[in-house]
Amino acid sequence: MIDEPFVEKLKQRFGDKVVGANLENVDPWIEVSPTGLVEVCRYLKEESSIAFDYLNSICVVDYCETDPKKAAKAKWQPHLEVVYHVSSIRHKTTGTMKVMLSRWKDAIEGQIPELPSVTSVWKTADWHEREVYDLSGVLFIGHENLRRILCPEDWVGHPLRKDYVMPLEYHGIRGR
Amino acid sequence: MSNANQSEIIELDVRTDEMLVNMGPQHPSTHGVLRLVLRTDGEVVSEAVPHIGYLHRCAEKIGENLTPRQFIPYTDRMDYLAGMNMNLGWSLAVEKLLDYDLPEKVRHTRVMIAELNRIASHLVGMGTYGLDLGTFSPFLYAFREREKILDLLEWVCGARLTYSYITPGGVTADLPFDWIDKCSHFLDQFEPQIPDYHTLLTTNAIFIKRTTGIGVMSADMAIAYGCSGPVLRGSGVDHDLRRDGEPRYRAMYEGYDFEVIVERDGSYPTDQVYPSVPDEAVLGDCWHRFYVRMLEVIQAIKLIRQGMDFYRKSSGDWGTPIKLATKLPPGEAYLETECPRGQMGFYVVSDGGDSIPRRVRARSSCFSNLSVVEELCRGGLIADIPAIVGSLDIVMGEIDR
Repeated sequence: MIDEPFVEKLKQRFGDKVVGANLENVDPWIEVSPTGLVEVCRYLKEESSIAFDYLNSICVVDYCETDPKKAAKAKWQPHLEVVYHVSSIRHKTTGTMKVMLSRWKDAIEGQIPELPSVTSVWKTADWHEREVYDLSGVLFIGHENLRRILCPEDWVGHPLRKDYVMPLEYHGIRGR
Repeated sequence: MSNANQSEIIELDVRTDEMLVNMGPQHPSTHGVLRLVLRTDGEVVSEAVPHIGYLHRCAEKIGENLTPRQFIPYTDRMDYLAGMNMNLGWSLAVEKLLDYDLPEKVRHTRVMIAELNRIASHLVGMGTYGLDLGTFSPFLYAFREREKILDLLEWVCGARLTYSYITPGGVTADLPFDWIDKCSHFLDQFEPQIPDYHTLLTTNAIFIKRTTGIGVMSADMAIAYGCSGPVLRGSGVDHDLRRDGEPRYRAMYEGYDFEVIVERDGSYPTDQVYPSVPDEAVLGDCWHRFYVRMLEVIQAIKLIRQGMDFYRKSSGDWGTPIKLATKLPPGEAYLETECPRGQMGFYVVSDGGDSIPRRVRARSSCFSNLSVVEELCRGGLIADIPAIVGSLDIVMGEIDR
């Protein structure tokens, strides 16, 4: 589904809000800028020739290396990739979108990065965004009920971050 | 005091207050450890908020520390009622990343095994749904038949619940000698039993009263909430990944003849043999979701029978499972399969040069299916909650990360 003409068409329509694409990967993906995310998502859903009406999943890939030896060899800068897997029931096609984020907002450690919420486009994004917030630490602006969903509400930290350290104890329960 | 005043007092006495009721995490109808917080006014539920996260076994985190083959046993424990289908989903995702081609024989083995597990899973779904609504016999009948399927699966891999049989690159062993005959014998014996289930549940007057017109979900709503599997098809959306999915997954079912169970123009494909839709039923209600599951069992039997023929005719070996520490190429692959409960997606990200993936993601069907509960239960009665939650056929292990 995602091929060269498709990306060209998107780029013409949204300009620099569509940052780039990777068509060589097993699942080709397009990269969207955080500011244009909701706009692009709404277009992808409502344009009848694309009709990505079904949001499969939202997840985060944390590019961070805690091992200093490996980190020196890594070809990338530490960052987060928020991945949106969408598909179309009508056309039986699938697509992948990505948003690149810095690991911490304004490079202050502990301040989680922000991203606009797509709950207004797909209702199912509600729970998926809560899960991403809970486990990977991305703040979704515009989400009405952004609470932890799997961890307890007073849990500290985001377990799926690569540099997450398990707490020593939680309410008297030994952690490590 | 006048009479009018007295009646007012009585009315004040009878009026109920809003109440918060905890349902679960150990309620028999909450299937695992689901906790529902209900805001009720008398019998009417004005709000039902599901609280998940009582297991939290860190499945995704573990996947990021193990090689793909080592992760297989963990996939078993996600949807523990359909372990084979989970193995299959993960294997296909890894194979997609590795661009691995399979021998013909493996394909048919996988179809047979996965469909057999689908029957077992639907039997549990059906049996426990009866239990939720207060009937016990169908549960026993369903488990009796399921035991026979578990015997067959045990014979194949030695385990009854956590199989780890289907692995990236093939299956761990060929089917045992005589297995196909035994399986065929089971199907011959099982198929005539299905009308019994319909007598006990589908056409039962109480069952119809309890399930029709309750928890009605429109097609648009089902799509918006990302529902899948029988829940989506029960709302009349014609979508089944075995037919419409990824080319790699679709190729597995190539040459097989089966129908996607969904209502078309007021009737189901196999309506002639099995009871038809009652007048009270509304498309997308609990009854439809249950019925889709029942009819899928028949399609699964059909698929297994075809798989046996194909298997007998095919040559070659049962595949070579990839080495335990096979290096993963840089890249990422996402693949969804049609599991008994819906679309299960696995996502593998590798940054190359290592056998351990950078990111493992499991997108489960029950997670999305459960998020609808809040909207479906609003305005219903307390007694309808088990009927609605049960009809979604939720396994909490799958919701967990």
